[in-house]
Amino acid sequence: MTMTVIFVYLALVLAVGTLSHKLFRGTGEDYFVASRSFGPFLLLMSLFGANMTAFAILGASGEAYHEGIGVFALMASSSGLIIPTVFYFIGTRVWSLGKRHGYLTQIQYIRQRWDSDGVGLLLFFVISALMIPYILVGLMGSGITLNQITNGQLPVWLGGLIVCAVTLAYVTYGGMRSTVWVNTFQVLIFMTFGLAAFIVIFRKLGGVENGMMMVAEKHPELLIRGDKIKPLQLLSYTCIPLSVGMFPHMFLHWLTAKRASTFRYTLVFYPLCIAAVWLPSVLLGVISSSIDFPDGKMPAANVALVKMISVHAPGILAGFLAAGVLSAIMNSVDSQVLAISTMFTQDIVRHYGLHEKISEKQQVWFGRLFVVVIIAATYLLSLFVNRSIFNISVWAFTGFAAMFPIVVAAVFWKRSTKYGAYASILSVVVLWLYFFLTLFPKKEETIGDAGLMPVVIILAVSAAAMVIGSLLTQPPAPATLEKFFATDGHVASDKMSTERKKVRV
Amino acid sequence: MKKTFPKWALYLGLIVLYVLHNDLWLWNDPTLVLGLPVGLMYHFGFSIVTAVVMLLLVTYAWPKHLEVEDEGGREQ
Repeated sequence: MTMTVIFVYLALVLAVGTLSHKLFRGTGEDYFVASRSFGPFLLLMSLFGANMTAFAILGASGEAYHEGIGVFALMASSSGLIIPTVFYFIGTRVWSLGKRHGYLTQIQYIRQRWDSDGVGLLLFFVISALMIPYILVGLMGSGITLNQITNGQLPVWLGGLIVCAVTLAYVTYGGMRSTVWVNTFQVLIFMTFGLAAFIVIFRKLGGVENGMMMVAEKHPELLIRGDKIKPLQLLSYTCIPLSVGMFPHMFLHWLTAKRASTFRYTLVFYPLCIAAVWLPSVLLGVISSSIDFPDGKMPAANVALVKMISVHAPGILAGFLAAGVLSAIMNSVDSQVLAISTMFTQDIVRHYGLHEKISEKQQVWFGRLFVVVIIAATYLLSLFVNRSIFNISVWAFTGFAAMFPIVVAAVFWKRSTKYGAYASILSVVVLWLYFFLTLFPKKEETIGDAGLMPVVIILAVSAAAMVIGSLLTQPPAPATLEKFFATDGHVASDKMSTERKKVRV
Repeated sequence: MKKTFPKWALYLGLIVLYVLHNDLWLWNDPTLVLGLPVGLMYHFGFSIVTAVVMLLLVTYAWPKHLEVEDEGGREQ
């Protein structure tokens, strides 16, 4: 019965994706950014959905199983403050530039901002590489969820494969429009069923307070930060959500807004939505340490939430709740897939002249092929990687967050140059690889015992590299500054030729 | 633009929130408040206060100059 519910849910996802394709207007701009037509509700759902990954659902509960309530402060409340702030200062400005100049990807913006193909190409490769671990956690989460909720009937490899296939189908068929409508459907599903899981499980345990009393008896250390999380670690973690400023899928979703004012509702509701999702996840993770899987006997931290569901809410309800978990996972994987596809089509195929040799239809197929290759490689990787979803995600976020000075300089600093951007990107690549190769094999995420996260050091060096590299080189041309910093309302509009061309998909 | 809250005060509010996020005074306090550990309840409340500050920010300090005239088309 559980499996039936899950397959009905996956069929519904495909149906929503297919039906929303009927709204397709037949242009490239519509395929990639839905003609910049979305209002406040869809923007909130798509931005929130794209950012709620397996990390937020399975990773949070798994981490809370070991580290306790402090996980909420590490990622949820800090993200609730940092992410809307980034939307306010960066997202709205990027939207405005994107609308004026017809951008479809962040690479297009960065390339033109510093008049440099090289910076754009380097950024394309770095971002694509960093997307792999990010997509990886989604595929791992899908396989684990389907395997655990069906008591092993669906092997992990098959679960991941099914979710890959469904996601690829609606993204490549319907583009941004299908992705956002499916995201909206999925956010509503996972918030509703997440709340249901929370209520059902805690009612069985005699209420939240009773559940916490049980934890207090067996694992009181999980109800405080204590030695599990260090003050410097909490401070360091506030750098991690800066990654939203450089996520290619967030950039793409920003561009879908109809107006700058569309962002207003997202800013207000984002902290509340994050709290609503993370609070149950963290509480269920904490309580599973003392009730069902005490003394660290959980087979793997990533399955804490799914195990709780299968123990306390078997049958049809388990199917619904698993659908909620899958929703959270898929609605980020789909946005990531679309962003990679868009970047490859626009920044490689079109920009480097291949569009003159191949048809529009072939370009779209190239984009799809690139996505299939990335997904296939990531899927194969997911079959061998057996690490904490939380840990892998934090490493991916570290790379994106460390590149935050690039978008800040692009938007606000007229004196920044392409050499500053080169220095910043290269410093991130070198330091990220150094820390990753040093700490990841040892399953450590902080430098030394004080709790300092590598992201702080990489971010500081990246910002310094941007400043020094820019000040040591020639300032940008006045024409470039006029294009990006004119404030008299007469900014030149050079909508790209790609924007309104027909794409047959 | 309404002038009830100056922009600088709201930006300062964001910085104050960032500082208050580091609740060192509750680090080892296991007290339950409304059934939740106080360290968790504090950060849940922090999220609600953040939403209020964001509401003030979008109401009194919205960057209206970023608006771009729309070329038509139906909003969804």
